Amino acid sequence: MGEKKIHNKESFLKNISLQLGRSKPVQVERPVWKHQPQWEVHKGASKQELVEILKKQCMLNHTDFYETDSDHLTELIEDTIGKYEGKSAAVWEDPRFDEYGITEYFNEKCSDGTFSYHRWDPKLGEQNIVLTEKADVGITFSDMTLAESGTVVLMSGNGKGRSISLLPVTYIAIIPKSTIVPRMSQATREIHQKIEKGEKVVSCVNFISGPSNSADIEMNLVVGVHGPIKATYIVVADK
Amino acid sequence: MPMKIGTEEFNSRVEKGINDGFMREAVRSAQGRLYERRLNAAEELGNWEEWRNHGEEIRRHTLENLDYYLEQLSDNVAERGGHVFFAETAEEANTYIQNVVKKKNGRKVIKSKSMVTEEISMNQALERIGCEVIESDLGEYILQIDDHDPPSHIVVPALHKNKSQIRDVFREKLGYLNTEKPEELTLFAREKLRKEFLSADIGITGCNFAVAESGSISLVTNEGNARLATTLPKTQITVMGMERIVPTWEDLDVMVSLLSRSAVGQKLTTYVTGLTGTRDDGDGDGPEDFHLVIVDNGRSKILGTEFQEALHCIRCAACINVCPVYRHVGGHGYGSIYPGPIGAVLSPLLGGYENYKELPFASTLCAACTEACPVKIPLHELLNKHRRRIVEEEGMSPAMERMAMKGFQYGAGSPVLYKIGTKLAPLLTTPFVTEGMITNGPGPIRPWTETRNLPEPNKERFRDWFRKREREAKTDG
Repeated sequence: MGEKKIHNKESFLKNISLQLGRSKPVQVERPVWKHQPQWEVHKGASKQELVEILKKQCMLNHTDFYETDSDHLTELIEDTIGKYEGKSAAVWEDPRFDEYGITEYFNEKCSDGTFSYHRWDPKLGEQNIVLTEKADVGITFSDMTLAESGTVVLMSGNGKGRSISLLPVTYIAIIPKSTIVPRMSQATREIHQKIEKGEKVVSCVNFISGPSNSADIEMNLVVGVHGPIKATYIVVADK
Repeated sequence: MPMKIGTEEFNSRVEKGINDGFMREAVRSAQGRLYERRLNAAEELGNWEEWRNHGEEIRRHTLENLDYYLEQLSDNVAERGGHVFFAETAEEANTYIQNVVKKKNGRKVIKSKSMVTEEISMNQALERIGCEVIESDLGEYILQIDDHDPPSHIVVPALHKNKSQIRDVFREKLGYLNTEKPEELTLFAREKLRKEFLSADIGITGCNFAVAESGSISLVTNEGNARLATTLPKTQITVMGMERIVPTWEDLDVMVSLLSRSAVGQKLTTYVTGLTGTRDDGDGDGPEDFHLVIVDNGRSKILGTEFQEALHCIRCAACINVCPVYRHVGGHGYGSIYPGPIGAVLSPLLGGYENYKELPFASTLCAACTEACPVKIPLHELLNKHRRRIVEEEGMSPAMERMAMKGFQYGAGSPVLYKIGTKLAPLLTTPFVTEGMITNGPGPIRPWTETRNLPEPNKERFRDWFRKREREAKTDG
């Protein structure tokens, strides 16, 4: 394969142009779409209305939902870890953990040796996966939150490992209230606009709507398949 | 598994399906549930037609400029450190994938669900070079463990199996000791497969939609297996049918929303993952090496023809879930990994009339599929175009269908199965009619009429008969 990264392109595309009965266009303008119903969804809803929509959808997604302020956030995390009988946690390397006092809370919680936590560290390489796989609870912040579908959007990079929201058997997402938007359209528009400005999209964008599930056996819904079996989303007033 | 499944003739496949009581009940109940969920998900939006119109215009524009967008995609993938291989045939795709695996000394591949890899028989190609291939979608895993039983539905592949059959397969092949409860079966599979994920060298996925503007691929799942396959192994290979692409992330939103609602009635599936190139510095997980294989395998022959819209398909299975014929014969009856109305349109295009000439006739032309399609593919019209071609150009159809088609061309009648199979009614059907019912139907409906009687044409319309039969079934049950 060597250095060449793209193989067989010319003949493959030429065949398509031929079938379409013209030569390959030099430039294609994306049309102004005649129909754009996505912008009507929860149009004009206030932030608090979006929180209510999010809450309702989380219940449908088998996701536990809480709303709190920054003073009570660590209490709620403590309760949730307790509910999950968690003895260990894995978290992102994300400054928000420090800002909201969660790092401090964990350091204290670990001091008596009954609890351990792993903070993602790109320098540790594969070791991150090993430690995260062993953790009982994975915790991340949400980068954008979609009310309609009860979804947290996680952008990888800078210490925000993909495994944290995936490998542990339970998952907690912390949602700063300011990150809530009506639906997926607002998130993808932001990504699109960044690309138009020449910015790089991160290597992995995850849209996550609750715990993993499957209906492959006789169409019976089973919550908890390859990803987390339980999930809690916590909306917190911004600091 | 190639696109064509089994070697049985069409009529005996149909007969087998119709006589499989459990399968038919499973299909009936799955169709009912999926139909209802899709309807609710569509209705709650209040402007579903607008969404369908938008989906259609995006698909149309993309396919009309497919060469342009594929070039943009491949340039962007390369820009982000990935490799792109354009494969005109299944063999070219498999050879490339084999070479990547060999180069990596790959011993174990973990796969998430992908129809196109089934279509090109990729698993067999990898097994031939001594590589173990493990399916990780729960449904696909069950089928693989059960000696490669073929899928019968594109979204719920093991739809034809019940939980005690699955328990028996797990017991016999994997030493499973628990009950037939879906929760216990699923937990068992989770634990088995987690070990495989952690030890696999290579992850192979399909692609729901690639995004041209950034060289991204997207994966839409509920189980999370596609996330594991793209997070843990060092090498990722993604195989996509060449038409599975959108111009931008904004268009991705619309297509994923249509797909989630139409396939499973969810606003979004639990996981929608957009992946771009290899892992970035500072990521700590994700693939170090990424290969995108873009497959033609007969698709380009459809471009520029009256069947081009078949390439608009987003594989949601909504058409399958409303199809009265699928309901009765099940997925295996079609003899293709692509069953139902879209399968009856696509399979002859990709696999040739010589293999699939019966499929366009295995339809009532009731148009429920066209109505259900989130991107407005005129499926029943395309089926009719196939019929005309088969009869007029290929001269391949059995005598009965040929005569019936002649009749159809004259008739303006309502779209019903036996009006197509036997549109010369009552003239043609008279020999099969006993007291106003067809008891020994011709061609593909013969096995069907062996277990039930079709009403004589012109007296009761198919949809009315079907509805009445459903009602009776409900009151019986």
